[in-house]
Amino acid sequence: MDSGPFYPRDRGWHPPAYTPGYKTSMTRAPSRPLVALGSTLSEETGPVFGRDMLGPRDNDLVLNFTGEPALGERIIVHGRVLDENARAVPGVLIEIWQANAGGRYRHRNDGYLAPLDPNFGGCGRTVTGADGTYEFRTIRPGAYPWPNGVNDWRPMHIHFSVFGSGFGQRLITQMYFEGDPLIARCPIANTLAPEAREALVAPLDMHRAIPMDALAWRFDIVLRGRRQTFFENRAEGL
Amino acid sequence: MSGRDYLRETPSQTAGPYVHIGLTPNLLGTRVYPGDLGTSPIREGARGERITITGTVRDGAGMVLRDVLLESWQADADGIYPGGDPRGPADPNVTGWARIAADFETGEWRLETIKPGRAPCPDGRPMAPHVALWIVARGINTGLQTRVYFEDESEANAACPVLARIEHKERVQTLLARRVGAGDYRFDIVLQGAGETVFFDL
Ligand SMILES: [Fe+2]
Repeated sequence: MDSGPFYPRDRGWHPPAYTPGYKTSMTRAPSRPLVALGSTLSEETGPVFGRDMLGPRDNDLVLNFTGEPALGERIIVHGRVLDENARAVPGVLIEIWQANAGGRYRHRNDGYLAPLDPNFGGCGRTVTGADGTYEFRTIRPGAYPWPNGVNDWRPMHIHFSVFGSGFGQRLITQMYFEGDPLIARCPIANTLAPEAREALVAPLDMHRAIPMDALAWRFDIVLRGRRQTFFENRAEGL
Repeated sequence: MSGRDYLRETPSQTAGPYVHIGLTPNLLGTRVYPGDLGTSPIREGARGERITITGTVRDGAGMVLRDVLLESWQADADGIYPGGDPRGPADPNVTGWARIAADFETGEWRLETIKPGRAPCPDGRPMAPHVALWIVARGINTGLQTRVYFEDESEANAACPVLARIEHKERVQTLLARRVGAGDYRFDIVLQGAGETVFFDL
Protein backbone atom coordinates (compact mmCIF):
# COMPACT_ATOMS: atom_id res chain seq x y z
CA MET A 1 0.00 0.00 0.00
CA ASP A 2 1.29 3.44 -0.93
CA SER A 3 2.07 5.80 1.88
CA GLY A 4 3.80 9.10 2.33
CA PRO A 5 2.95 12.75 1.82
CA PHE A 6 1.43 14.09 -1.39
CA TYR A 7 2.91 16.80 -3.53
CA PRO A 8 0.83 19.91 -3.04
CA ARG A 9 -1.75 20.59 -5.72
CA ASP A 10 -0.68 23.09 -8.37
CA ARG A 11 -3.57 25.49 -7.91
CA GLY A 12 -2.54 27.55 -10.93
CA TRP A 13 -3.08 24.48 -13.11
CA HIS A 14 -6.47 23.58 -11.71
CA PRO A 15 -9.29 26.02 -12.44
CA PRO A 16 -9.68 28.92 -10.02
CA ALA A 17 -12.81 28.73 -7.88
CA TYR A 18 -14.20 32.03 -9.12
CA THR A 19 -14.70 31.97 -12.90
CA PRO A 20 -17.29 34.56 -14.02
CA GLY A 21 -17.63 32.98 -17.47
CA TYR A 22 -19.22 30.04 -15.64
CA LYS A 23 -21.87 31.94 -13.74
CA THR A 24 -22.79 29.42 -11.07
CA SER A 25 -19.23 29.54 -9.77
CA MET A 26 -19.67 33.17 -8.75
CA THR A 27 -21.75 32.37 -5.66
CA ARG A 28 -20.22 28.96 -4.97
CA ALA A 29 -16.55 29.98 -4.90
CA PRO A 30 -14.94 30.49 -1.49
CA SER A 31 -13.71 34.06 -1.17
CA ARG A 32 -11.07 33.32 1.45
CA PRO A 33 -7.80 31.61 0.61
CA LEU A 34 -7.58 27.86 1.18
CA VAL A 35 -5.69 26.92 4.35
CA ALA A 36 -2.70 25.14 2.84
CA LEU A 37 -0.78 22.52 4.85
CA GLY A 38 1.13 19.37 4.10
CA SER A 39 -1.00 16.25 3.81
CA THR A 40 -1.73 14.16 6.92
CA LEU A 41 -2.92 10.58 7.39
CA SER A 42 -6.46 11.82 6.73
CA GLU A 43 -5.46 12.59 3.13
CA GLU A 44 -2.76 9.93 2.69
CA THR A 45 -5.16 7.05 3.34
CA GLY A 46 -8.38 6.40 1.49
CA PRO A 47 -11.05 3.84 0.67
CA VAL A 48 -10.01 0.68 -1.16
CA PHE A 49 -12.09 -0.81 -3.97
CA GLY A 50 -11.53 -4.28 -5.38
CA ARG A 51 -12.34 -5.54 -8.84
CA ASP A 52 -14.51 -8.18 -7.17
CA MET A 53 -17.26 -5.62 -6.58
CA LEU A 54 -17.64 -5.05 -10.33
CA GLY A 55 -20.35 -6.63 -12.40
CA PRO A 56 -19.40 -8.00 -15.84
CA ARG A 57 -21.08 -5.11 -17.71
CA ASP A 58 -20.25 -2.27 -15.36
CA ASN A 59 -17.81 -0.74 -17.87
CA ASP A 60 -20.05 -1.34 -20.89
CA LEU A 61 -22.50 1.55 -21.17
CA VAL A 62 -23.75 0.24 -24.51
CA LEU A 63 -25.38 -2.72 -22.77
CA ASN A 64 -25.37 -2.16 -19.02
CA PHE A 65 -28.80 -0.55 -18.67
CA THR A 66 -31.18 -3.03 -20.29
CA GLY A 67 -29.00 -5.51 -22.13
CA GLU A 68 -30.20 -4.07 -25.45
CA PRO A 69 -27.71 -1.77 -27.24
CA ALA A 70 -27.89 1.98 -26.74
CA LEU A 71 -28.31 4.25 -29.76
CA GLY A 72 -25.36 6.23 -31.07
CA GLU A 73 -21.81 6.03 -32.28
CA ARG A 74 -20.15 3.11 -30.51
CA ILE A 75 -16.79 4.02 -28.97
CA ILE A 76 -14.05 2.66 -26.73
CA VAL A 77 -12.58 5.02 -24.14
CA HIS A 78 -9.41 3.74 -22.56
CA GLY A 79 -6.18 4.88 -20.97
CA ARG A 80 -3.92 4.59 -17.95
CA VAL A 81 -3.99 6.11 -14.51
CA LEU A 82 -0.54 7.34 -13.46
CA ASP A 83 0.70 9.52 -10.64
CA GLU A 84 2.88 12.61 -10.93
CA ASN A 85 5.93 10.36 -10.56
CA ALA A 86 4.76 8.65 -13.78
CA ARG A 87 4.05 5.40 -11.92
CA ALA A 88 0.98 3.34 -12.79
CA VAL A 89 -1.74 3.44 -10.14
CA PRO A 90 -3.54 0.11 -9.82
CA GLY A 91 -6.82 -0.47 -8.00
CA VAL A 92 -8.25 2.95 -8.86
CA LEU A 93 -12.05 3.14 -8.98
CA ILE A 94 -13.15 5.16 -12.03
CA GLU A 95 -16.80 6.10 -12.35
CA ILE A 96 -18.09 7.86 -15.46
CA TRP A 97 -21.38 9.46 -16.46
CA GLN A 98 -22.55 11.12 -19.62
CA ALA A 99 -25.43 12.28 -21.79
CA ASN A 100 -26.90 10.00 -24.43
CA ALA A 101 -26.24 10.37 -28.17
CA GLY A 102 -28.79 13.19 -28.33
CA GLY A 103 -27.24 15.17 -25.48
CA ARG A 104 -29.85 14.22 -22.86
CA TYR A 105 -29.06 12.99 -19.34
CA ARG A 106 -31.11 10.44 -17.47
CA HIS A 107 -31.58 12.77 -14.49
CA ARG A 108 -34.65 14.27 -12.85
CA ASN A 109 -33.28 17.77 -13.37
CA ASP A 110 -32.52 17.52 -17.10
CA GLY A 111 -35.43 18.83 -19.17
CA TYR A 112 -33.65 19.15 -22.53
CA LEU A 113 -36.01 18.39 -25.41
CA ALA A 114 -33.82 15.61 -26.87
CA PRO A 115 -35.41 12.27 -25.92
CA LEU A 116 -34.13 9.69 -23.49
CA ASP A 117 -32.81 6.47 -24.98
CA PRO A 118 -34.68 3.63 -23.26
CA ASN A 119 -31.52 1.51 -23.47
CA PHE A 120 -29.03 4.01 -22.11
CA GLY A 121 -28.53 4.61 -18.38
CA GLY A 122 -25.47 6.82 -18.71
CA CYS A 123 -23.13 5.49 -16.01
CA GLY A 124 -20.26 3.03 -15.88
CA ARG A 125 -17.44 2.07 -13.60
CA THR A 126 -14.24 0.05 -13.52
CA VAL A 127 -11.12 -0.47 -11.41
CA THR A 128 -7.65 -0.06 -12.95
CA GLY A 129 -5.50 -3.15 -13.43
CA ALA A 130 -1.99 -3.75 -12.14
CA ASP A 131 -0.57 -1.60 -14.93
CA GLY A 132 -3.01 1.26 -14.29
CA THR A 133 -5.04 0.62 -17.43
CA TYR A 134 -8.79 0.92 -17.78
CA GLU A 135 -11.34 0.61 -20.57
CA PHE A 136 -14.97 1.51 -21.18
CA ARG A 137 -17.31 0.85 -24.06
CA THR A 138 -19.99 3.47 -24.57
CA ILE A 139 -21.63 5.69 -27.18
CA ARG A 140 -20.36 9.11 -28.06
CA PRO A 141 -22.38 11.63 -26.03
CA GLY A 142 -24.13 14.46 -27.84
CA ALA A 143 -23.42 18.14 -27.28
CA TYR A 144 -26.15 19.96 -25.37
CA PRO A 145 -27.23 23.52 -24.59
CA TRP A 146 -27.22 24.81 -21.01
CA PRO A 147 -28.42 27.94 -19.26
CA ASN A 148 -25.41 30.18 -18.73
CA GLY A 149 -25.00 32.58 -21.63
CA VAL A 150 -27.86 32.87 -24.11
CA ASN A 151 -26.46 30.26 -26.47
CA ASP A 152 -23.89 28.20 -24.55
CA TRP A 153 -23.36 24.58 -25.52
CA ARG A 154 -21.35 21.91 -23.78
CA PRO A 155 -18.94 20.11 -26.07
CA MET A 156 -19.24 16.33 -26.19
CA HIS A 157 -17.81 15.14 -22.89
CA ILE A 158 -17.69 12.32 -20.39
CA HIS A 159 -17.56 13.06 -16.64
CA PHE A 160 -14.86 11.13 -14.76
CA SER A 161 -14.65 10.53 -11.02
CA VAL A 162 -11.36 9.01 -9.88
CA PHE A 163 -10.04 7.70 -6.56
CA GLY A 164 -6.39 7.08 -5.82
CA SER A 165 -4.73 5.39 -2.88
CA GLY A 166 -5.43 8.41 -0.67
CA PHE A 167 -8.49 10.61 -0.13
CA GLY A 168 -6.30 13.63 -0.95
CA GLN A 169 -6.07 12.42 -4.56
CA ARG A 170 -9.83 12.55 -5.05
CA LEU A 171 -10.59 14.05 -8.45
CA ILE A 172 -13.52 14.79 -10.70
CA THR A 173 -12.92 15.96 -14.24
CA GLN A 174 -14.31 15.79 -17.77
CA MET A 175 -12.94 14.23 -20.92
CA TYR A 176 -13.41 16.02 -24.23
CA PHE A 177 -13.02 14.70 -27.79
CA GLU A 178 -10.23 15.80 -30.11
CA GLY A 179 -11.42 18.08 -32.87
CA ASP A 180 -14.66 19.27 -31.25
CA PRO A 181 -15.11 22.96 -32.17
CA LEU A 182 -17.26 23.53 -29.08
CA ILE A 183 -14.38 22.95 -26.64
CA ALA A 184 -12.79 26.34 -27.22
CA ARG A 185 -16.22 27.99 -26.87
CA CYS A 186 -17.17 26.28 -23.61
CA PRO A 187 -17.21 28.41 -20.43
CA ILE A 188 -16.58 25.33 -18.29
CA ALA A 189 -13.65 24.03 -20.37
CA ASN A 190 -12.39 27.61 -20.33
CA THR A 191 -12.20 27.74 -16.55
CA LEU A 192 -8.80 26.18 -17.39
CA ALA A 193 -5.81 27.78 -19.04
CA PRO A 194 -5.47 26.53 -22.64
CA GLU A 195 -2.55 24.22 -21.83
CA ALA A 196 -4.42 22.59 -18.95
CA ARG A 197 -7.58 22.32 -21.06
CA GLU A 198 -5.56 20.44 -23.64
CA ALA A 199 -4.81 17.73 -21.04
CA LEU A 200 -8.54 16.88 -21.04
CA VAL A 201 -8.85 16.43 -24.80
CA ALA A 202 -8.67 12.75 -25.70
CA PRO A 203 -7.09 11.98 -29.06
CA LEU A 204 -8.64 9.54 -31.50
CA ASP A 205 -6.84 6.20 -31.18
CA MET A 206 -7.20 4.18 -34.36
CA HIS A 207 -5.01 1.38 -32.98
CA ARG A 208 -7.64 0.57 -30.40
CA ALA A 209 -10.59 1.06 -32.74
CA ILE A 210 -12.46 -2.13 -33.57
CA PRO A 211 -12.94 -2.36 -37.35
CA MET A 212 -16.58 -2.37 -38.43
CA ASP A 213 -17.64 -1.84 -34.80
CA ALA A 214 -16.27 1.04 -32.68
CA LEU A 215 -13.88 3.99 -32.78
CA ALA A 216 -11.53 4.52 -29.81
CA TRP A 217 -10.35 7.51 -27.79
CA ARG A 218 -7.47 7.58 -25.35
CA PHE A 219 -7.62 9.43 -22.06
CA ASP A 220 -4.75 9.11 -19.59
CA ILE A 221 -5.30 10.41 -16.08
CA VAL A 222 -2.66 11.71 -13.68
CA LEU A 223 -3.22 11.73 -9.91
CA ARG A 224 -1.19 13.51 -7.24
CA GLY A 225 2.13 11.82 -6.54
CA ARG A 226 3.78 11.06 -3.22
CA ARG A 227 7.10 12.43 -2.09
CA GLN A 228 9.80 9.77 -2.10
CA THR A 229 12.78 10.16 0.19
CA PHE A 230 14.77 8.20 2.73
CA PHE A 231 15.54 11.41 4.57
CA GLU A 232 12.08 12.38 5.68
CA ASN A 233 12.32 14.71 8.65
CA ARG A 234 9.00 14.50 10.38
CA ALA A 235 9.95 16.43 13.52
CA GLU A 236 9.75 19.91 12.06
CA GLY A 237 6.04 20.53 11.95
CA LEU A 238 3.44 19.45 9.44
CA MET B 1 5.34 19.95 -11.03
CA SER B 2 7.99 21.33 -13.30
CA GLY B 3 10.70 18.64 -13.36
CA ARG B 4 11.12 16.94 -16.70
CA ASP B 5 10.38 13.43 -15.51
CA TYR B 6 7.24 14.36 -13.64
CA LEU B 7 3.72 14.49 -14.99
CA ARG B 8 1.16 17.16 -14.20
CA GLU B 9 -1.97 16.21 -12.33
CA THR B 10 -5.08 15.98 -14.49
CA PRO B 11 -6.89 19.29 -13.98
CA SER B 12 -10.26 19.30 -12.26
CA GLN B 13 -13.60 20.19 -13.81
CA THR B 14 -16.90 20.73 -12.08
CA ALA B 15 -18.99 17.67 -11.21
CA GLY B 16 -21.93 19.55 -12.74
CA PRO B 17 -25.62 19.16 -11.94
CA TYR B 18 -25.88 15.51 -12.99
CA VAL B 19 -23.18 14.03 -10.74
CA HIS B 20 -25.76 11.65 -9.23
CA ILE B 21 -25.97 9.67 -12.48
CA GLY B 22 -22.38 8.62 -12.03
CA LEU B 23 -22.03 8.43 -8.27
CA THR B 24 -25.48 7.61 -6.87
CA PRO B 25 -27.43 6.20 -9.82
CA ASN B 26 -29.72 4.12 -7.60
CA LEU B 27 -30.85 7.29 -5.87
CA LEU B 28 -32.21 8.39 -9.27
CA GLY B 29 -33.81 5.02 -9.88
CA THR B 30 -31.21 4.03 -12.48
CA ARG B 31 -30.50 0.34 -11.88
CA VAL B 32 -27.13 -0.44 -13.38
CA TYR B 33 -25.38 -1.58 -10.18
CA PRO B 34 -26.94 -3.58 -7.32
CA GLY B 35 -26.62 -0.57 -5.01
CA ASP B 36 -24.95 2.79 -4.57
CA LEU B 37 -21.45 2.86 -3.07
CA GLY B 38 -20.67 4.44 0.26
CA THR B 39 -24.13 4.32 1.77
CA SER B 40 -22.52 3.92 5.22
CA PRO B 41 -18.99 4.29 6.63
CA ILE B 42 -19.65 1.64 9.29
CA ARG B 43 -21.09 -1.83 9.57
CA GLU B 44 -23.00 -3.50 12.38
CA GLY B 45 -20.67 -3.95 15.33
CA ALA B 46 -18.43 -0.94 14.73
CA ARG B 47 -16.80 0.14 17.98
CA GLY B 48 -17.25 3.65 19.31
CA GLU B 49 -19.89 6.26 19.99
CA ARG B 50 -22.69 6.33 17.42
CA ILE B 51 -23.23 9.83 16.08
CA THR B 52 -25.14 11.61 13.34
CA ILE B 53 -23.98 14.74 11.61
CA THR B 54 -26.61 16.75 9.75
CA GLY B 55 -26.19 19.93 7.76
CA THR B 56 -26.67 21.95 4.64
CA VAL B 57 -24.36 23.68 2.19
CA ARG B 58 -25.18 27.31 1.44
CA ASP B 59 -23.82 29.57 -1.28
CA GLY B 60 -22.76 33.22 -1.12
CA ALA B 61 -26.34 34.36 -1.72
CA GLY B 62 -27.61 32.32 1.23
CA MET B 63 -29.25 29.68 -0.95
CA VAL B 64 -29.10 26.06 0.17
CA LEU B 65 -27.54 23.81 -2.48
CA ARG B 66 -29.85 20.96 -3.37
CA ASP B 67 -27.53 19.47 -5.96
CA VAL B 68 -24.46 19.07 -3.75
CA LEU B 69 -22.73 15.76 -3.10
CA LEU B 70 -20.30 15.09 -0.27
CA GLU B 71 -17.91 12.32 0.56
CA SER B 72 -16.58 11.68 4.04
CA TRP B 73 -13.47 9.84 5.20
CA GLN B 74 -12.58 9.10 8.78
CA ALA B 75 -10.64 6.93 11.21
CA ASP B 76 -12.11 4.30 13.52
CA ALA B 77 -12.73 4.90 17.22
CA ASP B 78 -9.02 4.38 17.95
CA GLY B 79 -7.90 6.85 15.31
CA ILE B 80 -6.74 4.18 12.83
CA TYR B 81 -7.66 4.64 9.17
CA PRO B 82 -9.14 1.68 7.28
CA GLY B 83 -7.30 2.26 4.01
CA GLY B 84 -3.54 1.93 4.11
CA ASP B 85 -2.79 3.22 7.60
CA PRO B 86 0.89 2.34 8.18
CA ARG B 87 0.13 1.77 11.88
CA GLY B 88 -1.93 -1.33 11.21
CA PRO B 89 -5.44 -2.59 10.55
CA ALA B 90 -8.50 -0.63 11.61
CA ASP B 91 -11.74 -1.89 13.11
CA PRO B 92 -13.00 -4.32 10.43
CA ASN B 93 -16.49 -2.85 10.82
CA VAL B 94 -15.38 0.64 9.90
CA THR B 95 -14.98 1.26 6.16
CA GLY B 96 -14.46 4.96 6.88
CA TRP B 97 -15.90 6.27 3.63
CA ALA B 98 -19.36 7.54 2.80
CA ARG B 99 -20.99 9.27 -0.11
CA ILE B 100 -23.86 11.58 0.74
CA ALA B 101 -26.15 13.33 -1.70
CA ALA B 102 -28.05 16.28 -0.28
CA ASP B 103 -31.83 15.86 -0.29
CA PHE B 104 -33.20 17.02 -3.66
CA GLU B 105 -36.00 18.99 -1.93
CA THR B 106 -34.46 20.35 1.26
CA GLY B 107 -30.72 20.26 0.61
CA GLU B 108 -30.10 18.54 3.93
CA TRP B 109 -27.35 15.95 4.15
CA ARG B 110 -26.86 13.46 6.93
CA LEU B 111 -24.05 11.15 7.97
CA GLU B 112 -24.59 8.32 10.45
CA THR B 113 -21.29 7.06 11.76
CA ILE B 114 -19.11 6.63 14.84
CA LYS B 115 -17.03 9.35 16.36
CA PRO B 116 -13.46 8.88 15.14
CA GLY B 117 -10.48 8.75 17.46
CA ARG B 118 -7.37 10.89 17.23
CA ALA B 119 -4.87 10.21 14.46
CA PRO B 120 -1.36 11.64 14.56
CA CYS B 121 0.07 14.42 12.44
CA PRO B 122 3.26 13.63 10.53
CA ASP B 123 5.24 14.99 13.49
CA GLY B 124 3.49 12.62 15.89
CA ARG B 125 1.28 15.12 17.68
CA PRO B 126 -2.37 14.02 17.77
CA MET B 127 -4.95 15.75 15.64
CA ALA B 128 -8.36 16.24 17.21
CA PRO B 129 -11.13 13.81 16.15
CA HIS B 130 -12.43 14.86 12.76
CA VAL B 131 -14.19 13.65 9.64
CA ALA B 132 -12.67 14.78 6.35
CA LEU B 133 -15.21 16.05 3.80
CA TRP B 134 -14.94 16.51 0.05
CA ILE B 135 -17.65 18.60 -1.56
CA VAL B 136 -18.62 18.74 -5.22
CA ALA B 137 -21.47 20.39 -7.11
CA ARG B 138 -22.35 22.44 -10.15
CA GLY B 139 -20.40 25.70 -9.87
CA ILE B 140 -17.58 24.17 -7.82
CA ASN B 141 -14.65 23.87 -10.20
CA THR B 142 -12.41 21.82 -7.91
CA GLY B 143 -13.77 19.64 -5.10
CA LEU B 144 -13.54 21.45 -1.76
CA GLN B 145 -11.79 19.85 1.20
CA THR B 146 -12.91 20.63 4.72
CA ARG B 147 -13.12 18.84 8.08
CA VAL B 148 -15.84 18.30 10.64
CA TYR B 149 -14.44 18.72 14.16
CA PHE B 150 -16.60 18.47 17.28
CA GLU B 151 -17.31 21.35 19.64
CA ASP B 152 -17.40 19.03 22.66
CA GLU B 153 -13.78 17.97 22.10
CA SER B 154 -12.40 21.29 23.23
CA GLU B 155 -9.25 19.89 24.83
CA ALA B 156 -8.30 17.89 21.74
CA ASN B 157 -9.27 20.77 19.46
CA ALA B 158 -7.03 23.16 21.39
CA ALA B 159 -4.10 20.78 20.88
CA CYS B 160 -4.78 19.98 17.19
CA PRO B 161 -1.83 21.06 15.02
CA VAL B 162 -4.06 21.48 11.97
CA LEU B 163 -6.56 23.76 13.71
CA ALA B 164 -3.60 25.67 15.13
CA ARG B 165 -2.53 26.56 11.62
CA ILE B 166 -5.70 28.54 10.94
CA GLU B 167 -4.51 32.09 11.15
CA HIS B 168 -7.84 33.77 11.85
CA LYS B 169 -8.85 32.10 15.11
CA GLU B 170 -12.47 33.19 14.87
CA ARG B 171 -12.77 31.02 11.75
CA VAL B 172 -11.97 27.80 13.66
CA GLN B 173 -15.57 27.64 14.85
CA THR B 174 -16.73 27.18 11.24
CA LEU B 175 -15.18 23.70 11.54
CA LEU B 176 -16.86 22.74 14.82
CA ALA B 177 -20.00 20.62 14.62
CA ARG B 178 -22.52 21.84 17.16
CA ARG B 179 -23.92 19.29 19.57
CA VAL B 180 -27.69 19.43 19.30
CA GLY B 181 -28.58 16.25 21.20
CA ALA B 182 -27.11 13.04 22.51
CA GLY B 183 -24.85 11.91 19.68
CA ASP B 184 -26.41 14.42 17.27
CA TYR B 185 -24.36 17.14 15.66
CA ARG B 186 -25.12 19.95 13.26
CA PHE B 187 -22.58 21.09 10.67
CA ASP B 188 -23.69 23.76 8.21
CA ILE B 189 -21.26 24.67 5.47
CA VAL B 190 -21.05 28.15 3.96
CA LEU B 191 -19.24 28.31 0.65
CA GLN B 192 -18.80 32.06 0.50
CA GLY B 193 -19.21 35.27 2.48
CA ALA B 194 -20.10 35.85 6.13
CA GLY B 195 -19.30 32.77 8.21
CA GLU B 196 -17.49 31.17 5.29
CA THR B 197 -16.31 27.67 6.20
CA VAL B 198 -12.57 27.06 6.26
CA PHE B 199 -11.50 25.03 3.23
CA PHE B 200 -8.16 23.29 3.12
CA ASP B 201 -5.46 22.56 0.59
CA LEU B 202 -3.98 19.44 2.15
FE1 LIG C 1 -22.18 17.11 -18.54
